[in-house]
Amino acid sequence: MMRFWKTGLPVAAGVLLGASQAWVSQARAANDSLTMGMILEPPHLDPTAGAAAAIDEVVYANVFEGLTRIDRNGEVLPALARSWDISGDGLTYTFHLADGVTFHDGAAFDASDVVFSLHRAMAEDSVNAQKQIFGAIDKVETLDAGTVVITLKQPAGNLLFNLGWGDAVIVDPASAEGNKQTPIGTGPFAFDRWVSGDRIELSKNPNYWGQPMALETATFKFIPDPAAAAAAILSGGVDAFANFPAAELVPQLEADPRLTVIIGSTEGETILSTNNAAEPFNDLRVRQAIAHALDRRAIIDGLFGYGTPIGTHFAPHHPAYLDLVDLYEYDPRKAKALLAEAGHPEGFKATLRLPPPAYARRGGEIVAAQLAEIGIELELIPVEWAQWLDQVFRNTDYDLTIVSHTEPFDIGIYGRDDYYFNYHGPAFKALLAELNESTDQDKRYELLGKMQRLIAEDAVNGYLFQLAKLGVWNKDLEGLWHNSPVQANDLTGVYWKR
Amino acid sequence: MSVFLAKRALALVATLLIASLAIFLVLEVLPGDPALIVLGTGAQDDTLAALRRQMGLDRPMLERYLVWIADLLRGTLGESYTYGRPVADLIGERVLVSLPLAVMAILLSTAIALPLGVASAARHGRLSDTAIMGFVQLGVAVPNFWFAMLLILLFAVNLGWVPAGGFAGWEEGAGSALLSLLLPAIALALPQAAILARVTRSSVLEVMREDYVRTARAKGLTRGQALWRHGVRNALIPVVTIMGLQFSFLLAGTIIIENVFYLPGLGRLIFQAIAQRDLVVVKDLVVLLAATVILVNFLVDLSYAALDPRLRLGNGG
Repeated sequence: MMRFWKTGLPVAAGVLLGASQAWVSQARAANDSLTMGMILEPPHLDPTAGAAAAIDEVVYANVFEGLTRIDRNGEVLPALARSWDISGDGLTYTFHLADGVTFHDGAAFDASDVVFSLHRAMAEDSVNAQKQIFGAIDKVETLDAGTVVITLKQPAGNLLFNLGWGDAVIVDPASAEGNKQTPIGTGPFAFDRWVSGDRIELSKNPNYWGQPMALETATFKFIPDPAAAAAAILSGGVDAFANFPAAELVPQLEADPRLTVIIGSTEGETILSTNNAAEPFNDLRVRQAIAHALDRRAIIDGLFGYGTPIGTHFAPHHPAYLDLVDLYEYDPRKAKALLAEAGHPEGFKATLRLPPPAYARRGGEIVAAQLAEIGIELELIPVEWAQWLDQVFRNTDYDLTIVSHTEPFDIGIYGRDDYYFNYHGPAFKALLAELNESTDQDKRYELLGKMQRLIAEDAVNGYLFQLAKLGVWNKDLEGLWHNSPVQANDLTGVYWKR
Repeated sequence: MSVFLAKRALALVATLLIASLAIFLVLEVLPGDPALIVLGTGAQDDTLAALRRQMGLDRPMLERYLVWIADLLRGTLGESYTYGRPVADLIGERVLVSLPLAVMAILLSTAIALPLGVASAARHGRLSDTAIMGFVQLGVAVPNFWFAMLLILLFAVNLGWVPAGGFAGWEEGAGSALLSLLLPAIALALPQAAILARVTRSSVLEVMREDYVRTARAKGLTRGQALWRHGVRNALIPVVTIMGLQFSFLLAGTIIIENVFYLPGLGRLIFQAIAQRDLVVVKDLVVLLAATVILVNFLVDLSYAALDPRLRLGNGG
């Protein structure tokens, strides 16, 4: 049944869309409510206790706020901290907090909540999924009710950015434990209810300390099936899909005059991750051969044409991005010569593990065909996320895999010895240490450029493309993010034109 | 009868014990760490250890098994790793979708299948029989999810009579809740009805060849009277067996239809729980479903006795 399901799906979806010209538009009740479709339902709603992107996609900037926040362009903006001073040595940050802020349950917000939240995330028994972003923090203290001082162990140039993550939001000690089911934050929208498996409803926070919202209510509706998602947006059952799941259906949606389709960027570097400790991938020439054998354009086209080629582990829309796509140009002959030089004139056999997303399963078949051209015969092994995390990520028991690294600004993972690439580059670590200590923007960009070039030259992984964000929404809707600098559906600027 | 019931109750307990042990052991060796799924790629040794402690995964295997059995007996069923809520609550919410859906589908399929099957048998060999069977063949061949999409296309997208999917919730009123289950129930019922109609037809035809039917005809009953008084009732035993199997399937085997209509039913809960290694939920659901299947089989057995007096005389069961 499952096989039939997979092959039957696109056919049925095509029928569905092809014949849907006479659809009946369901009139919106009012122009101050929004229904947003999402593929995955969050497991719970506490962004400080889980890595699932769906959590932030509901609560980030809407329900919870941190000291800083990241905006639609990936810039750090003030949030609960209205301003800050950084000491000359870069070790002491003094945050001046917003006045008159209350949590949704009426509890007042002050500096002690910040101390509580950050201590909770840093604690020994913390289960914060991004605990490492607090690693540089030594102490968090209150100066007065409106001022917090963070002292660092060593300079951390990206502290303000990290404090803008969903994992660093400020919670109230009295309600923190219940946030999984009943999230209580300081944000412009308050949690109303969760109909398990179906939807989550938020409503405007009347006591919000900042700019009031245009929307009165927001509903997140969970629709796991791509064809059902298309039917939902065509029938007007949902107003927007900020991350539309099926690239193959996008052309039909683009043709519909009632919808806006935006192809934006994400922070997802999609790469052919390589186990640098495994034979024969521990040989630079083998990794270079693979880099020369990858035709990125063909891979992107095979995935319906959405995505930007990358030559290193860095987002193309970032100002510090270095275009290294042509460092190892597509050249199978050169690739074969490198393989022969490395002692594999006839190529070799290896495995390629593919997690569930289409970019991996579908992209994997194209990558395997391209590497077969130079004699590398790949056995394709489909794995679930649970297996991928366990075997590939945690135990580095793999040769090659395809995965999109969606954390923003994550080039630092190349400096981690325990990371699943098994890349141990002393030169990279030195650059990373220097980066962490510098707060000067030009200096940081220069160092970031060097780091990008270093991992590209070392061909640590096969760099494929930057994942695209396919946004589809009602054409009267304004203010949704076109790109995703962080995984979020920030509704603070969303309104209906009419 | 009481011996029969006691035997059944014992079998139920024994089967559930074996099922619980089997599912526990299978999940023990399944690759994938529930704590790692929650923490994702930012997981560190210390956060993993803290979360595993919180989930009770650091306890010895036997202790975890016994704690789970105790939770089952208490009826709380433990707490979900991913949702952080009591599993009994999670399952309770989903049953409110899956059970009405299964009942609607089985009622619908029976209402379609029995008349069709009997009519077809009564007109055995005639054009109307061939026509009905051709229609039934189509029903067996069409995959239910595809049929579901056609239904959505016609009734939700084109006509706008029903929502394209989702479940409003019972608190929005029984009317809208039942309306959101209508298309899924039809999509589930038709292929099942096709199978059931075929079984009914062949079973009735077989019974009609039995000696007692010939005797009844010899005593002067018309073919129609013989069919209704003797044929149909005796033909129902295999039909009820198939209905029992179909009902068990409808409770949790409807994941594909749940996906097409994005209904929050048991099928999706168990599917997500496996993907997220929410082992408590998986274990509880498997045991509950095993219990349901056994219970349904038991009811089917009871109905045999009601249908066929010979089975009531001690040798039934």
